[in-house]
Amino acid sequence: MARTVIPFGPQHPVLPEPIHLSLVVEDEKVVEALPTLGYVHRGLEMLAVKRDYNQMIQIVERVCGICSMIHSLCYCQGIEEMMGIEVPRRAKMLRVVWSELHRLHSHLLWLGLFADSFGFESLFMQLWKIRERVMDLNEATTGNRVIVSVNVVGGVRADLDESQIRWIKDTLVEVEASIKSLQSTIMNDSTVCKRTVGVGVLTKQAAYDLGAAGPMLRGSGVAQDMRQLKYAGFDEIAFEPIVETAGDCWARSTVRFRESLQSIDLVRQALDKLDGSELAVKVKGKPEGEVITRVEQPRGECLYYLKGNGTNNLERVRIRTPTFANIPPLAAILPGLDFADVPVVVLSIDPCISCTER
Amino acid sequence: MCIEATAITPAQLVAEVTKIKAEGYRFVTMSSVELDEKNMEVLYHFDRDLKLKNLRVQVEKGGKLPSISGVVFAAFLVENEIRDQFALSFDGLVLDYQGKLYNETVQTAASSPFCKYAVSKKEAN
Repeated sequence: MARTVIPFGPQHPVLPEPIHLSLVVEDEKVVEALPTLGYVHRGLEMLAVKRDYNQMIQIVERVCGICSMIHSLCYCQGIEEMMGIEVPRRAKMLRVVWSELHRLHSHLLWLGLFADSFGFESLFMQLWKIRERVMDLNEATTGNRVIVSVNVVGGVRADLDESQIRWIKDTLVEVEASIKSLQSTIMNDSTVCKRTVGVGVLTKQAAYDLGAAGPMLRGSGVAQDMRQLKYAGFDEIAFEPIVETAGDCWARSTVRFRESLQSIDLVRQALDKLDGSELAVKVKGKPEGEVITRVEQPRGECLYYLKGNGTNNLERVRIRTPTFANIPPLAAILPGLDFADVPVVVLSIDPCISCTER
Repeated sequence: MCIEATAITPAQLVAEVTKIKAEGYRFVTMSSVELDEKNMEVLYHFDRDLKLKNLRVQVEKGGKLPSISGVVFAAFLVENEIRDQFALSFDGLVLDYQGKLYNETVQTAASSPFCKYAVSKKEAN
């Protein structure tokens, strides 16, 4: 049987950002997949030697818009660990609030895009309509919808007053009800199930061996989530990772759907634990030494390796983003699929090319 | 403050990674760091039950390390990235992009007919 190479991307209706896959197909079956990156690579890691360690917060926030707050959280907690800074409890809880609002809007964005990838336009619009309520919360509490810029080394730069806390809680009641109203459609609708159940299966062992991260890992039955490390305020918050075992597109989608509801619960817990402590502590000295710090982004585990030399500039900032980790598992599950399923499976890893192309 | 990392030689690398994998660790990533004008080091990060295990390998700039992608497939992408960014070669890469992972030889603004521009100095009157 003759083999044909079909280019998938870098511009494709299901890809908001450019990545290219060379798909080798026999008839309608994919037999090989080779990813190519580099269409929008920015070299942000290398800016660390030109910008001082405080300016780097703005740089790392721009690694990815959708999870910008969690990038700066990871970076700041690394610098704080290096400099021996203890962040006030209120700041830790506020970090949980905004990071979970980011996860919530990221998952709603992805669920909408996923619905769009198999032509379920009305579901896409419903999900993005709900997401707008979360974006309103970000804008009203930080001044920005996407890149909220709340983290500083030593704490946070924004606070929530009583009326804002009440408003967030009231809005989340409505957001939760709206999300739950779509549960049976997302999890049980025959149109959704036909395109997702049993498609793009990644087994538990393969997910672990191939270094998968986030919902890609948990959708295959591995109960690992960096929030179990109890960073920021998670040491005082009840949290259990959400796991599905089927390992297919449906399982990955269900993990994200359930995590959306979980994020609402985590925001509520963090809001209830806000105390009267400061927002940030004064920072003295320059970062020196090396640290590894990890957080859970909407797409999975994010790792920062930071090395300082006692000057204003860091010697090295290394960022391992979750999508970068999920590309090898994607390349492994594509062979054997029907060509028509490729867009759905590619989207099921929630590819963030902005993150990958740091 | 330094991270806990076991220093090993390039010759020990593949055997050590094979042992770590057999102990149930998951590959997370690698970090390459310039040390001085001649040397750099590569850190290998592995995870088991949320605990990291790190290996530290020192190598000359422009030198060569054995690839671990034969043991942990997921390493192929980051090894190709290090080759692109730090000109470090890896022996036995299972998927070798030949230094073109980031596609720069294909994408150049100057080769596009729509992106030609020039800056010229304003002539003095």
